[in-house]
Amino acid sequence: MATVDQPREPAVTSDRGLPRRFTVPRRTPLTWVRGGGLAAFLFLLPLLFVFGAFSWYPIVRTAIMSFQHTNLVQAPTWVGFQNFSAVWHDPQFPVAVKNTAYFALLALVFGYPIPLIAAVLMSEVRKRRGVYSAIAYLPVVIPPVVAVLLWKTFYDASSLGVFNTVLHRVGLGPYPWLQSQQWAMPSLVLESTWANAGATMIIYLAALTGVNPELYEAASADGAGLLRKVWHITLPQIRGVLLVTLILQIIGTAQVFLEPYLFTSGGPANATLTVMLLIYNYAFGNSLGGDYGKATALSLMLAGFLAVFSLVYLRATRSWSTR
Amino acid sequence: MSEPGRGSGLISETEWRKPSIRWGMRTTHALLFVGLVVIGIGPILWLAKSAITPTLDTISQPIALFPHGTAWSNVRQAWSDVHVGRYFWNTIVIAFGSWAVQIVVATTGGFALSVLRPRYAPIIKGLLLGTLFIPAIVLLVPLYIEIVHVPIVHKSLIDSYWAVWLPAGASAFNVILVTRFFDNLPREIFEAAEIDGAGPFQLFWRIVLPLSKPILGVVSIFALLASWKDFLWPLLVLSNPNKQPLSVRLPSIESQTSLGVFLAAMFIACLLPIAGFLIFQRSFLRGTGLGGAIKG
Repeated sequence: MATVDQPREPAVTSDRGLPRRFTVPRRTPLTWVRGGGLAAFLFLLPLLFVFGAFSWYPIVRTAIMSFQHTNLVQAPTWVGFQNFSAVWHDPQFPVAVKNTAYFALLALVFGYPIPLIAAVLMSEVRKRRGVYSAIAYLPVVIPPVVAVLLWKTFYDASSLGVFNTVLHRVGLGPYPWLQSQQWAMPSLVLESTWANAGATMIIYLAALTGVNPELYEAASADGAGLLRKVWHITLPQIRGVLLVTLILQIIGTAQVFLEPYLFTSGGPANATLTVMLLIYNYAFGNSLGGDYGKATALSLMLAGFLAVFSLVYLRATRSWSTR
Repeated sequence: MSEPGRGSGLISETEWRKPSIRWGMRTTHALLFVGLVVIGIGPILWLAKSAITPTLDTISQPIALFPHGTAWSNVRQAWSDVHVGRYFWNTIVIAFGSWAVQIVVATTGGFALSVLRPRYAPIIKGLLLGTLFIPAIVLLVPLYIEIVHVPIVHKSLIDSYWAVWLPAGASAFNVILVTRFFDNLPREIFEAAEIDGAGPFQLFWRIVLPLSKPILGVVSIFALLASWKDFLWPLLVLSNPNKQPLSVRLPSIESQTSLGVFLAAMFIACLLPIAGFLIFQRSFLRGTGLGGAIKG
């Protein structure tokens, strides 16, 4: 491991800015122990063990496995880019990519403006604002499995389903919800928005308290109305947070798994098959043994895409976010 | 949060004195409140109501309030007949084990990186930051294979709680949060303690840990909640139903029992997170804002 102390490495400066070679003339294992090097290493051991074994090593292993054929019984064999091309030519691959993009897009349309509007309105609540934020945050602490299974009951397609009963009162429905290819994905996104919007809203609320009130006063003095103040002061002032939550939401929704897995298992007719679900199916969906090579290849492709996407996004918005 | 009784300043005091704006905002806030209650709490209240409603009533009149009385037997049946009691206990064991590993890793690692600062600290910090940019999905398959065939010791950790506890500790987010908190502790205290002859272990145990209760509270809350919410990983590595946590069991419970009992089981699964949230609301909301700040 590269973390072992290297005594001969000529460090340029010590912490106080003096050249280190004048303050520490020679380093031996003994001076290393006396100088606290051993203590520091001991304190780092839990971190090095846990991250080494369960984070750094698996990351490297993914890259290796994606070029191998592994079945846990025989020794893995190198297969070059075979896994990647198998994924690329899988007829389910474009379906999964399209569905994931659709989920991410719908999640942005539903889930991006709602927390922002709610947070701006809520920041003007003068009494008991804590109650508002607590109510909005409550769905976030509900275990996602419960949230999904509960909404699955709500989405019961019969006329006696919870949503269909409520909508019947106002003369709508009954809707097929999860059973229709057209409505299944929006239904998933609706639940996901319910479960996650509260956290984004709290982040916006925290950002809004950082806006300097004097800016609003100056704008008021110039005769700006409410909407103009929101447009010209509030939004530009919190744009950094807005940009970050946007990219984090896209990265999060690109890995959506629980909703399609528990609501629909990817159905009806693959209408909710996402990339993450496809990875799961490759690795664990087949009782005869997983195709781990294809699963790791696809997860690397997803990670690579997200990395490139984030870089392009950060580049494109950099001038706008810092100015 | 700004001081109570005042808004963020978006609406000035002169504007607030205008009746049209004041009443307009009050109406908007009332609507927002009703909307939040119906959307935010509504589904959970429905779950609570249906958990103690006879199955037949929930099926035939889903939004009626106790048309034929209550059925507390749902809760009893869920707890004992479909063994929610045992799964509940499993969830607690998993959550506290994951919490303990995360706290040990984050505090010792944070202490070394922030206070002791060995020369190679920047390399480790870089590797930690790097993992933040790797989506969790990349780890899933190799981590699973590693648990099935643990290298070096050649054993399987499947169905062992260590398979859930240990990987939970590899949260770079926790380590960075704690390291930043330690960075902001006054250096003079450390120097004074060293002059008084305190070694690194005393410094850690007697001075740094007691000073870092606020950040440990935030890390603990999110560690426990994340473990309670986790599904995919425990599903993969805990195959014995008697060891699985509640969230993993719920989908199978759905097919084993009546709707009323199933809803009662789901309600039981929500109870602790909701109670914890109501008690530690401030830490939750502050921590979420903090998370946004770090990610930003």
